[in-house]
Amino acid sequence: MELDALILARMQFAFTVAFHIVFPAFSIGLASYLAVLEALWLKTGRDLYLNLFKYWLKIFAVAFGMGVVSGLVMSYQFGTNWSVFSDKAGPVIGPLMAYEVLSAFFLEAGFLGVMLFGLNRVGKKLHFLATLMVAIGTFASAFWILSVNSWMQTPQGYAINEVGQFVPADWFKIVFNPSFPYRLAHMLLAAYLTTGLVVGAVGAWHLIKERTNKGARKMFAMAMGMILVAAPVQIFIGDMHGLNTLEHQPAKVMAMEGHFESHPDGAPLILFGIPDRDAATVHGAVEIPKLSSLILKHDPNAPLAGLDTIARADWPPVEIVFWSFRVMVGLGMAMLLLGLWGLYARLRKRLYDAPWLHRFALVMGPMGFVAVLAGWITTEVGRQPWTVYGLLRTADSAAPLAAPAVATSLAAFAVVYFTVFGAGVFYILRLMSHAPHRDEPGVAETPIRTAGITPAPAIDPDRPIPTGEETDHER
Amino acid sequence: MSVDLTLVWAGLLAFAVFAYIVMDGFDLGVGILFPTLKAGDQRDKAMNSIAPVWDGNETWLILGGGGLFAAFPLAYAVLMPAVYTPIIAMLLGLVFRGVAFEYRWRTVRAKPVWDVAFFGGSLLAAFSQGVTLGAILQGVEVSGRAYGGGWWDWLSPFSLLTGAAVVVGYALLGATWLNMKTEGALQAHARAQAWKLGPATLLMIGAVSLATPFLDGEYARRWFDWPGVLLTAQVPLLVLIVAAAFFWTMRQKREVWPFLLSLGLFAVTFAGLGVSVFPYAVPDEITLWQAAAPASSQLFMLVGALILIPIILAYTAYAYWVFRGKVGDDGYH
Ligand code: HDD
Ligand code: HEM
Ligand code: HEM
Repeated sequence: MELDALILARMQFAFTVAFHIVFPAFSIGLASYLAVLEALWLKTGRDLYLNLFKYWLKIFAVAFGMGVVSGLVMSYQFGTNWSVFSDKAGPVIGPLMAYEVLSAFFLEAGFLGVMLFGLNRVGKKLHFLATLMVAIGTFASAFWILSVNSWMQTPQGYAINEVGQFVPADWFKIVFNPSFPYRLAHMLLAAYLTTGLVVGAVGAWHLIKERTNKGARKMFAMAMGMILVAAPVQIFIGDMHGLNTLEHQPAKVMAMEGHFESHPDGAPLILFGIPDRDAATVHGAVEIPKLSSLILKHDPNAPLAGLDTIARADWPPVEIVFWSFRVMVGLGMAMLLLGLWGLYARLRKRLYDAPWLHRFALVMGPMGFVAVLAGWITTEVGRQPWTVYGLLRTADSAAPLAAPAVATSLAAFAVVYFTVFGAGVFYILRLMSHAPHRDEPGVAETPIRTAGITPAPAIDPDRPIPTGEETDHER
Repeated sequence: MSVDLTLVWAGLLAFAVFAYIVMDGFDLGVGILFPTLKAGDQRDKAMNSIAPVWDGNETWLILGGGGLFAAFPLAYAVLMPAVYTPIIAMLLGLVFRGVAFEYRWRTVRAKPVWDVAFFGGSLLAAFSQGVTLGAILQGVEVSGRAYGGGWWDWLSPFSLLTGAAVVVGYALLGATWLNMKTEGALQAHARAQAWKLGPATLLMIGAVSLATPFLDGEYARRWFDWPGVLLTAQVPLLVLIVAAAFFWTMRQKREVWPFLLSLGLFAVTFAGLGVSVFPYAVPDEITLWQAAAPASSQLFMLVGALILIPIILAYTAYAYWVFRGKVGDDGYH
């Protein structure tokens, strides 16, 4: 493959979106976690929850900032690199993205300042409202952008006008296209799992060092609970997601399964092997007979078509899809194992006293991100060679750009992203390396002194916030 | 239907872009002025004055881009590749300055590094926005339904001039904002800067205004043809009035008015831009109506926009109100 403007534009899109998705995957889950912590604090008045809230709020602030700037880049990429696609699909997906800005981004951004800096200015109840609004905003943003993406995967409710644009015919069908409900549920759970794994790993790390740390105990217990519930549900939804994909994008599932040939009477499940697109075979396949048909058709002898029924020009890059899918599923199973192990330790009342469980949780800390990326790679690469599935080819979507222009911008993005986001991840890890403790400092209490209100408590920015027991009046 | 949805959307987008200039203009301006502030206390305060609101401010830029994509997809598709380089530069600049807000509180050793990133990112973003504006005003080559020019077409003396003009103008907004939100030495410094940046901004407005009609015959015609000139002549007149009021309130050492009047300068020049460009989405090539998405798309969004924009404005105002008053002496982290 030569490096023409098209392939460079694809690399640039994949690179920037892969960076972006890492941050929302974390902040969607973390925003909800923060809302839960604050609610618990308001309800019980226990300092423990407030300290945990402030501990994770600082991390949230850094992660959210990275999510925002990497997202801003995304919203202009459609025009700069995929202008033909933008012209053609704009009338359908543009409005959905506009709704995302109006209903989600403004909500997040508008209340973020109050959430980060406003606890002492607006009082507890209003502050909790701001936290809730930010959490709802992250939700809404996932809703709309996933609707956009799902429409590109399983388009419906459109017509094509005389200049070749997709135009809306039925908005309800567009928004709630066939793959959207599965994708939304799967992604939101992925975000919760990712956050649960990170929180669990941080808790585990501090438990390994100091078994009695209250904050570490609390967060570890909460995370293990989340994973225990979310992991099995995620696997179940993932399965349904796959069945739905089989119906609408069969070539993608064939690539995921490594089925080059059709199997008229029961297809095997290929566990591992080296798929070879050119030779149209999987080398050294380790397979379980008939299991694939059982999973996908709920009948071991059901016939399953393979890629041999599809024109080669319409095959996705099988190798990538095959592997990324296995990485995701393997990690999903590992998460299930972690959840069950946590349950076992809890039943034995050894949750805080289980060094091997803690080590396992620590290793699993970043695995949510890996699974999310693997899942997205399966989804997006499996959609190839189309941008709008079956209707608009990737090769016909790109902007008329000179290759050097895209090469330069790609290089610039690579350098900037690795330094900037590398530094951000370093700062987050450093925040995490401190154990949660009493009188946890906040992100900020009072950046601005209000006219008329004495700034007396504003002398030490790291002073404890008054807690429920001491004061109930607002300051 | 009697309402022309395309015009409504052109108006809404103009509003979004203007809201962006109003809000992100001053916080980019604070970034541009950063090196002139003393490291430590002064910079911390300047940063604190915008930290709670910058994200909301920037969201208007996303609405501007996203709205163009949604309501005028053809214009978005033609313009973005045409201004590829300045747009990418702007995005990279915004990446640097956006993360600096959080990062500079997370490190002692590298704080000066993020101060530089904040300044450099703000400057690059402002300059790129100006260049983008100039590049679009001077006209882009269209072939079929796509951009037909090369990847250096955006670069010209005119686009560099508009780039510089936006930098100076934003710096003025930043200075008058700090004059409003701070006290003591920092305020005095900001005021001194505003005294210099006010005339500089006027000079830039003059230079760009003089250069625009020379770009091509159409602009000149729209500005100078009788009897339209009766109307368009109000624009320079208004600039003069606002400028006079600006200097007067500066002399009076007012705190809020200079900021509002600098915004006024932007409002008037923005209106002037409207005169130059209307009714085109891509100057002299594609009209708003040619670029417009079908009515069903525009209507679908309009419902949401009419309900949500007032709500957005309300809670944005609330956020500003929560953080009203002068920046305190305390650091915020
Ligand atoms: C924590 C993250 C995570 C975990 C543990 C899993 N997934 Fe997943 N998966 C995602 C995160 C994810 C994702 C990032 O959210 C994707 C990408 C796009 C999408 O819709 O969801 C995805 C896509 C995705 C697709 C592609 C759908 C399509 O493109 O049409 C399938 C078939 C599955 N998943 C199935 C599964 C199965 C059977 C799992 C069981 C172990 C599983 N996933 C675990
Ligand atoms: C939900 C919003 C998303 C939308 C609207 C979207 C849309 C697109 C578009 C337009 C392309 C360009 C066509 C191409 O190069 O194939 C693309 C490619 C790609 N996207 Fe996505 N994407 C989304 C999310 C993601 C995420 C979160 C990832 C995470 C890793 C991702 C990974 C990729 C990859 C790897 C490619 C390149 C595929 C290839 O070139 O083979 N996408 N996507
Ligand atoms: C190509 C596709 C995408 C585009 C164009 C895009 C665009 C954006 C933009 C412009 C922002 C900044 C908003 C602000 O200023 O507050 C943002 C942030 C965000 N995006 Fe994306 N995004 C894409 C993919 C995704 C996906 C796939 C998800 C999740 C499912 C997602 C979820 C979020 C969330 C939750 C935020 C808030 C910031 C954060 O959580 O870090 N985005 N995105």
